[in-house]
Order: sequence, then C-alpha cells, then structure tokens
Amino acid sequence: MNAIADQLLVLVMLINLVMLGSSRLIFCIRAVAIQGVILGILPGLIHPFSGHLAAITAGIILAKGVVIPTLIIGAVKKAHIRREVEPYLGFVPTLLLGALFTALSFVFADKLPLAPEHRDLLFVPASIATLLTGFLLLTTRSKAISQVIGYLVLENGIFIFGMLLTEALPTMVEAGALLDLLVGIFVMGIVINHISREFSSIDTSRLRALKEE
Amino acid sequence: MSISLEPTAYLLVAAALLAVSGVPGLLLRRPALGQRCGAFIAVCASILGECAIAGLFTGSPAATWQIDWTLPFGPALLGADHLSALFLIPLFLVTGCASVYALAYWPAGRQRGAGQLSFFLGLFTSSMVMVVLARNGVLFLMSWEVMAITAYFLLTVEREGAEVQRVGIVYLFATHVGTMALFALFALLCGDTGSFVFPAPHSLPSTVPYAAIMIAAALFGFGGKAGIMPLHFWLPGAHANAPSHVSAIMSGIMLKMGVYGILRTLSFFVAVPAWVGWLVLALGASSALGGIAQASGQRDLKRLLACSSIENIGIVFIGIGLALVGMQIRSPFLTVCGLAGAFIHILNHGLFKSLLFMGSGAIIHGTGSREIDRMGGLARRMPATALLFFTGSIAICGLPPLNGFVGELFLYVGAFRDGITDPLPLPALIVPVLALVGGMAVITFVKLYGIVFLGSPRSDGAAAAHEAGRPMTGAMALLTIGCLTGGMAPPLLLGLVAPAIEQYGAVPAGLVAGIGSQVPLLPLAAVNVTLVSTALAVAWWYRVRLQRSPRAVGATWGCGYLAPTTRMQYTGSSFSELAVNQLGAIVAPLRRRPSIGGSTFPRDARFTYGVTETILDRVLTPAFHGAGQAFSYVRRLQHGHLHIYVLYIVATLFVLMLWVH
Repeated sequence: MNAIADQLLVLVMLINLVMLGSSRLIFCIRAVAIQGVILGILPGLIHPFSGHLAAITAGIILAKGVVIPTLIIGAVKKAHIRREVEPYLGFVPTLLLGALFTALSFVFADKLPLAPEHRDLLFVPASIATLLTGFLLLTTRSKAISQVIGYLVLENGIFIFGMLLTEALPTMVEAGALLDLLVGIFVMGIVINHISREFSSIDTSRLRALKEE
Repeated sequence: MSISLEPTAYLLVAAALLAVSGVPGLLLRRPALGQRCGAFIAVCASILGECAIAGLFTGSPAATWQIDWTLPFGPALLGADHLSALFLIPLFLVTGCASVYALAYWPAGRQRGAGQLSFFLGLFTSSMVMVVLARNGVLFLMSWEVMAITAYFLLTVEREGAEVQRVGIVYLFATHVGTMALFALFALLCGDTGSFVFPAPHSLPSTVPYAAIMIAAALFGFGGKAGIMPLHFWLPGAHANAPSHVSAIMSGIMLKMGVYGILRTLSFFVAVPAWVGWLVLALGASSALGGIAQASGQRDLKRLLACSSIENIGIVFIGIGLALVGMQIRSPFLTVCGLAGAFIHILNHGLFKSLLFMGSGAIIHGTGSREIDRMGGLARRMPATALLFFTGSIAICGLPPLNGFVGELFLYVGAFRDGITDPLPLPALIVPVLALVGGMAVITFVKLYGIVFLGSPRSDGAAAAHEAGRPMTGAMALLTIGCLTGGMAPPLLLGLVAPAIEQYGAVPAGLVAGIGSQVPLLPLAAVNVTLVSTALAVAWWYRVRLQRSPRAVGATWGCGYLAPTTRMQYTGSSFSELAVNQLGAIVAPLRRRPSIGGSTFPRDARFTYGVTETILDRVLTPAFHGAGQAFSYVRRLQHGHLHIYVLYIVATLFVLMLWVH
C-alpha cells in the first residue's frame, strides 16, 4: 500500500509543477481538483478501513474535488477571464524555482527528526514541496483567482502533513480545517467580485490604491 | 420559602437575561416594540438580580458554579460573596433605570442605532455581572474584555463624528494597555498558586515572588479602568461622547469594576506591603483634587460630570488607602472607617452620578447642546428635570441632607480620630484634602446648576427646551429616591456594606456593628430628616404664596443700560475663572488673547478660552506623534503589494527552517 501512496505523492508533486507552468486558469483549477481527489484517496491507503475514514475520504473528495473547484470556475466565468496574462515572474523561472524548492524540501525533510515509521515515506517532502509551491503561486501571480489557487495548494500541503497525524487528530479538527478553507474561498470569492467591480479588473496590484498615505 | 433561593444561580440567570435583552430589538420587525421588549427583559433581570442579592443578605449560602469548558485554564468557577454583592446592587439598579430611560432618550425607529445600542448595552451589563462573579483569572479576563469592547461599541454609536472616533480610539488604547497589565497580573498569580482559579481570601503571603509586581500591575490595569489621575486621560472624552444613559452606566458602574479588581486582588494577600496603602492614598488624593480641579473649568456639561467621576473615584481610593494604612498600623477602627467610607461611596456614586448623567441627557435632549454657556433658564422649562438634577447635585457635593455626605463622614471621622490618637498622624492630613475637594465640588456644581437652570436662556435651543419624556423622568426619580433614602437612613447604608467590610477587612464583627456609637449616624439621620422636611415645608409655603400673590414679569435691572441681551449673563467660564486660574498647573487653561490690530480703527478679533486635557493633550499626544515620526521608516514595509506580504511569510518560514538546522 505504501508504494502506491508514494506514487500518488509523486503525482501530487508533478501536479504542482504543472500548475506552476500553466497559464490557463481553468486548467490550473482542474489540476488542483485532481490533486484534491488524490489527497482524498490517500488516507484510505495508509490507514485501516473504518466508517470514520470513509466519511473523511468522501468529505475531502467532495470539498476539494468538486465544491471548491466549481465555486472558483464560477468566479472565473463571472469575471470573464481565461488566463493569467502577466505574472510577476515568468512561467519558466517559476517552474525552475518550483523544481528547486521540491529538491530542497527533500533535503530538508531528510534532516528533520521524524518518527521512524514516517522516515521512509514521501509524505514530509511532498508536503513541504506543495506548501512552497503554494507560496510561489501566491507571490508570483497577480490575478486574484491565481491567488485563491495558491491558497488551495498551500492548504493541500498542510493537509498532507496532517495525514501523518490522522490517528492523533480528532475528526473535529479536520472538519474545522476544511471549513476554514471553504470559508476562505467564499471570502476570496467576495473579494474577487469587489475588486473586479471596483477596478474593472481582478489584478491585485490595483489594491495598492487602497493604501493609506 | 418553598423555593430555595440560591443567589449565584439567580445572578447567573439575571446575567443571561441581560445578555439577550438586546436581541428582540435586533430581530423584531417593529423596532419600537423590540426596544420595549428589551427594556422589559432588562428590568426583569434587574429585579431578579436585586432579589438574589437580598437573598445573599438574608443569609442564603451562595454556591459556587462551574462552567464546563474544555479550555486548559482550570475550572471556570463563578461565585458570589458580599464584595461582589456590593458592586451588583448599583449595577442592577442603574441597568434597569437606564434601559427604561433609553425608551424615551434614544427611541428605536426615530433615532439610528437604537438596536445596536440596546444589544451592546445588554451584553455590556451582563459582562460586568460576570466580571464580578468570576473566580477564575481567565474567565475574569474574558468577561473583562467583553465589557471593554462592548463599551467601545456603545460609545461610538454616533460614529460619524470625528471627535467620537478619536475618543473611541483613545478609549480602546487605554483599555487594552490596562488589560495588558492584567494579563501580567494573572499570569504571575498563576505562577504563584499553580492555577488560574482565584486563591482564597487572605491566603497568599506577601513574600511570594513578584507580589510587588502583581500589586503594581493591578493598580495600573484596574486603576486605568477606574480612572485614577494619571491614567484618567480616556475618561472625560469617552463619557462625554457616549449616549447619556451609557455614560451613566460607564461612570456609575464600569469605573467601579476597576475598584472591584483592585479590592479583589488585594484581598488575596495576607498582608499587603506597607507602600501600597500610602500609594493608594496618594493616588486617591491626587485624583480627587485633580479631578475636581478639571471639572471646575469644564464648559461641556458631560465632560464636567466625567471629571467629577475622577474626583469621586479618588474619594473611594482615599477610603481604600485609609483602610490599608489602618490594617498596617493595626488600627481596626481606621480600617472599618476607610472601608465603610469607600464602600458607601461606591454605592452612592453609582446612584447620584447615574442620576446626573441621565439628567444631563434630558438637558441635551431638550436643548440639543452640551455647552453649558449656551443654556440657562431651564428650571422654568424643565421643572421635573431641574428638581431631580438639583437633588443629584447636592448629593454629589457631599452635603448633608443627601447620601453623598454619609460616606465622606466615615472618612472624616476615621482620619480625624486616627490623627489624634495614633502615633502616626499622617492620615489626618487627608482631612483638609477632602474638605478642599468638597468645597470645590460645591463651586463646580453651583456653577453647573446655576448656569444651566437659572437665569435666562442664552441660545434659541435653550429657549425652546422641552421637558423630558415620562420614562426618563421616571428612571431619574427612582435614582433620586435612592439618594434620598440613603441620606435619611445612613444606618441602612452601613447595613448594606457591613457584611462586605467584615469579609474584606477581617475585622471583628462587633466592631462594624458598634461603629454607630462612634460615628454619629443616628444624629445625622435626624438632622437630615429635619432638613429635608424643612426644605419641603418651605417650598410648599413658597409655592402657596406664589400662587396667591400677583406676579409681574420684567427684565432684570441693568443699571440703566437700555439694550441688555441674555448673552450678557454670567457664563460658566467666568464663574469658574478664579478657580481655574488658581489651579493653572493642573488644568493648564488655554487662552488665545485677541490681538487688536489696525492703525486707527481696531479690526475683528477673537478671544478663546478653554481647558485642556493636561495628560492627553500635553503629554501623550506629543509623545505618540514623536514615536510615530521616529518609526516612520517601518511604514515602508507596509506598501500595499499583496505578493510581497506573502513573500514576508515565506521569508519567515525559510528563516525558521534554517534555524532548525
């Protein structure tokens, strides 16, 4: 089972790179949806089957794979945008940075004082790589929607790390984290709407105009 | 009685009722109906609360309740004792009166923000009940914070005004700086006792580590909330700009929460260090003098009352200080007198200051202004308010027929007797301070009452003033009856505070009961009853004479000057000019003299004269401006680039990751 889990994690990291390299928003959203579905399957692979587990798996797949992507696609259609036009950093440099971060996260995870049962798995490096990818998306893209995707990827990274702790974490905490995310998406949706209405564009750099002098 | 009256449970129910009392005002479609429902609930809660306290006084044992929470701060205990009851008596009374008063003062549907006002007022009073009942440091801080924040929302109801926004910010700053000190206090307390649960009274030896820091933090944090002199800077503005019934509760009750906190903290210790008593005494004396000095120069009706709150809190602190000094020099008599003076003054101030703030609300409602110098002649236009305000003014000056004198009498007797018989005559020095404060209070309130209610109207607003609505005068009348009762039956007041004194001061029970023989309470009662009945008889006789004899209305004789205007009357500023000039060091009056230019004919000139907030305007504001300039380079970090903000987080994360290695 662990071998399959590891391969899935490799897939997750590849999806990270796909997102960094793509300029098409709808494609990015679909990629993050697929990533979410994979993350939903993962707990089922590493933990023995139980009703609780099935519920969590279903919940995660539903939230990350269906509900949130649908919401974002709705926002994209409403704001009439198809692609990220001008990122702060080009697609190739970000792709290279993403690769560099992924490599670094392997180095870093190696040096962490982990429990022996977690040492051989890819969970920690995959988690850190996804986290950093999220940050990279957040810092280099200018459209608000890309930033929402960045937050999603960031949360996915945290989620992977949390999977190591599923046995220690009560359902409440998981549900809480998921709810946080959902609320965050809603808030971002509202913000996007307002930015788009106020500045007739959803370029977050326009937000500078709000700064108090 | 068939139902066992367990006071704490009833108090908690009352707190819960108060907390939801504002909800109907938000939810019901007809706002006026919602407000009335809310007032009804609040009044019910107040009656329930007073009944619970009555149960406590008749000897029902108060249980300790525990909130079943999962937070890691120890059990959340709630209990009631006589010290809590002392603060709850005025709380429930004033809350009930204020919510009725609001029906006419801030009617829902006709004035904006009524729903918000009654919702936060309910939460505010409920949180104060919880503050007084909490027996766990964290629960206390939570209630404290709810109280502080809801007070902010109450005082910024009229949020469009620039001044309201400014005082709101100053208030938030002041209250949170104080709360910071309280965090330190409870953290250190937890370090000493091992739990956030309050230690048993008189159980903590003063040799525990950081005892001095704990007491200093309590004096700073709670003292700021109480409004003692160097930390009072938020108070005048906040009280002046809040709606009047909110000012009544803030001044009459919320300031006392600071006093409660200090009393509660000091009660943990077996014996407080010697310096605490003297420090509290000095703080009290400076607040009393400084507060009344500032009050005497004010031109804003509510600002004047707010400054007078500082003075009254100073008197309460003087009482506490005398008691602490008494404990330290082992003079139970001084302890009992100090505590009795402080506790009775806490009750009294809650009554008459609320009465006066509500009265000022009625005046503002009637004339549309807060400026004393724009009023005049209101006694004829608002007779009921004038009478009630007059009673409150006498009470706050500490003059005999009313309750204000009773508390001060204890302080006078305690300090005097101690000064004569004890080897350490220093406490006796407080007597001239008290006398000076009393005298200046009389000047201040003669000015206030005289300028506002007597003479002729100085503006169109004052000329068109109308009497306050029934709910307003009714609420004020209830408080006035409280003041009169306290004045004519001083033993009743002593009875209300006696259990708290015994519990707090750890003095023999007989001493408190027998204090009546050493402090002339019964003669005072006789004098007061005589004075009031004489005054009533004279007033009745005068009224009868007035109705029988013919009346002619004409202008005041103007020494032959033919074109007098009402603006030529004495103003409040001119009345208090001498006092303000004598106290220039404290009040720092701001004068802009006119420069009369022009060669042959003088040009237009202006003269302005006002009182500054010494601490706020001359110390804090310049200091913060300086700090703001000194740190202006930090503002460059806040540039509005969302991406760079995220980059900050990434950078921090990276640094932390490197740190681990």
